[in-house]
Amino acid sequence: MDEQQEIVRVRVRKGISIWTIITYLFLTALAVTMVFPFYWMVRTSLIDPKDVFISPHRVGYLRWLLPESFPKVDNFTQALTAVPFGRAYINSILISACVTFGQVFTSSLAAFGFARLKFPGRDKIFLAYLATMMIPGAVTMIPVFILTSKLPFWLDDAISWLTHTRSVIFSSSYYMFHNTYVGRPLGLDSYFTLIVPGMFSAYGTFLLRQFFMSVEKDYEEAARIDGAGTWLVYWKIMLPLSRPAIATLAIFTFMGSWRAYMWPLIVTFREDLMTVPILVRFFQSKYSTDWTLLMAASIVQITPVLIAFIIGQKYFIRGVRIGGIKG
Amino acid sequence: MAKKKESVPTTWRKHAALAGYLFILPNVLGFLAFTSLPVLASLLLSFSKWDLLSPPRWVWFKNYIALFHDTDFWRVPNGYFYNTVFMMMAIPVSIMLSLFLAVILNQKLPGMILYRTLFFLPSITAGIGTMILWMWLLNPQFGLINLILGNIYNAFAWLASGVGWHWAAWESIRPLWLSDENWAKPALILMGLWGSMGGMNMILYLAALQGVPQELYESAKIDGANAWQRFWKITWPMVSPTTFFIFVMAIIGGFQGGFMAAQVMTGGGPNGATTTISFYIYENAYLWFRMGYASSIAWFLFGIVLILTLFNWKFSQKLVFYG
Repeated sequence: MDEQQEIVRVRVRKGISIWTIITYLFLTALAVTMVFPFYWMVRTSLIDPKDVFISPHRVGYLRWLLPESFPKVDNFTQALTAVPFGRAYINSILISACVTFGQVFTSSLAAFGFARLKFPGRDKIFLAYLATMMIPGAVTMIPVFILTSKLPFWLDDAISWLTHTRSVIFSSSYYMFHNTYVGRPLGLDSYFTLIVPGMFSAYGTFLLRQFFMSVEKDYEEAARIDGAGTWLVYWKIMLPLSRPAIATLAIFTFMGSWRAYMWPLIVTFREDLMTVPILVRFFQSKYSTDWTLLMAASIVQITPVLIAFIIGQKYFIRGVRIGGIKG
Repeated sequence: MAKKKESVPTTWRKHAALAGYLFILPNVLGFLAFTSLPVLASLLLSFSKWDLLSPPRWVWFKNYIALFHDTDFWRVPNGYFYNTVFMMMAIPVSIMLSLFLAVILNQKLPGMILYRTLFFLPSITAGIGTMILWMWLLNPQFGLINLILGNIYNAFAWLASGVGWHWAAWESIRPLWLSDENWAKPALILMGLWGSMGGMNMILYLAALQGVPQELYESAKIDGANAWQRFWKITWPMVSPTTFFIFVMAIIGGFQGGFMAAQVMTGGGPNGATTTISFYIYENAYLWFRMGYASSIAWFLFGIVLILTLFNWKFSQKLVFYG
């Protein structure tokens, strides 16, 4: 034992060479390059608009890095009140939570079916799932968009035809709940459209199926002998045993849904229904050159992602590895 | 085998099959509604013309013929296909940088996890916030990047003027980045490198490097191989499956990429210089309501991805060393 420690210590002592110093210098320089833009974002968001265009040659480098008006929180209050960011946060959290829950639930159910239950056609259906993973989102998005935008009108036409009265139940866009606009039940500008198409994932099913296949069958067989049904095996044994894989899928789905851009962009037109990225885009189109405000809005968008990453880093990095193995 | 099957009661087997179908049912329904049927619908759409207002018209292959004659799509500098492929030229650079970083971070030195986290930040925060940040950094007049480049340029210009060689003023030659049709794509590539070199690919490489047996390095060292040789003779072949996977994924993703940057930062301009295939699909479908034409471009894209995936399946066994 002592001998081994001695070897390790010798190695460490030998390690502090010129190369180690160069390595650290290089890594630090690179880390500064990676992180400095974020500092620049924070700095720009916390200064007076008149200080945005100062040059280091006139004010000196220190005053340029930390201008006189730093820190000034007015930009944040102004950005947060200019457009409904609070509402956008509620929307994003609601949508991401529902999408994550839905996707983990439907994917784990299907993955359990594919991994553990025997039924005719199982492998063929699974192969079809795998094959669809390479279809570009752009292909399926167009018909789903058309369906989404037409569905409320088709439903109203059907109701009108059945009841012989003019129905606007689905196509009316004025749905209020205690002075809060809650969107249509279906179609454009509705929570349904923002949530439901994201709840099903071939990738999630694939990921969990691979994990379920690697879970030992012993517990399951013991439970079966004790008379547990299929649902109980899934709910009480498979899910608890697969907690790391499920956490990974949940984090990935949540982050993917949080930063989803194209779909929410094309199906929301009212500010009240916008998610955070779409509202930031809307904000950007209104204040296209007010860099202090734009940086404040960008920070508002980035902060929760950062916090989520710091909390879930372990699962996230493990998830990247699991995801990479599929190749 | 047959005997064993008979020993299981038929009713039980039927019950198990029913359970199986019930378990996959919710996902299959969603899959049918949002993937399989839309794929078919999109194929039909690609043979028709529809602006969502007047009734759709069946036009056979007219959309595809129009696509192959679309000069905006095919012209050589700044056509949309050209743009997409041009931006993908950064993929090998990005992959090599990721591997380089992973090799450095894989050393048993203290603080490597902190560096890993810092390098990972740009890719985790990637999105509209960092895009707006980059618009600010790339601002020709007041942006950080031109400020730094200007300082470097002026220092060299000052040295040159010492030997009587007078360079043009920085203000007259500085790159206008996103507002210049020649600099817009390099600007987006720069942003992409910043966002991707320390991201997922680096993590994948780190995982792959940990799977390389240390004995190989030890014995190579004993045989007198230097660090450069050890990298090319051991590390590079051992991580080749990861490289291949990352490369194929990046190419497939690259053909579908560029939408968000174009939508947020440039509007596809200047003069179409940053419009990629996916942004062109978006413009056609959701801005100009040419659903049929957009679908035909989407199917063209699908064709490319399909060919690449098949290539991947066929050749991954031959080209790559799998332990």
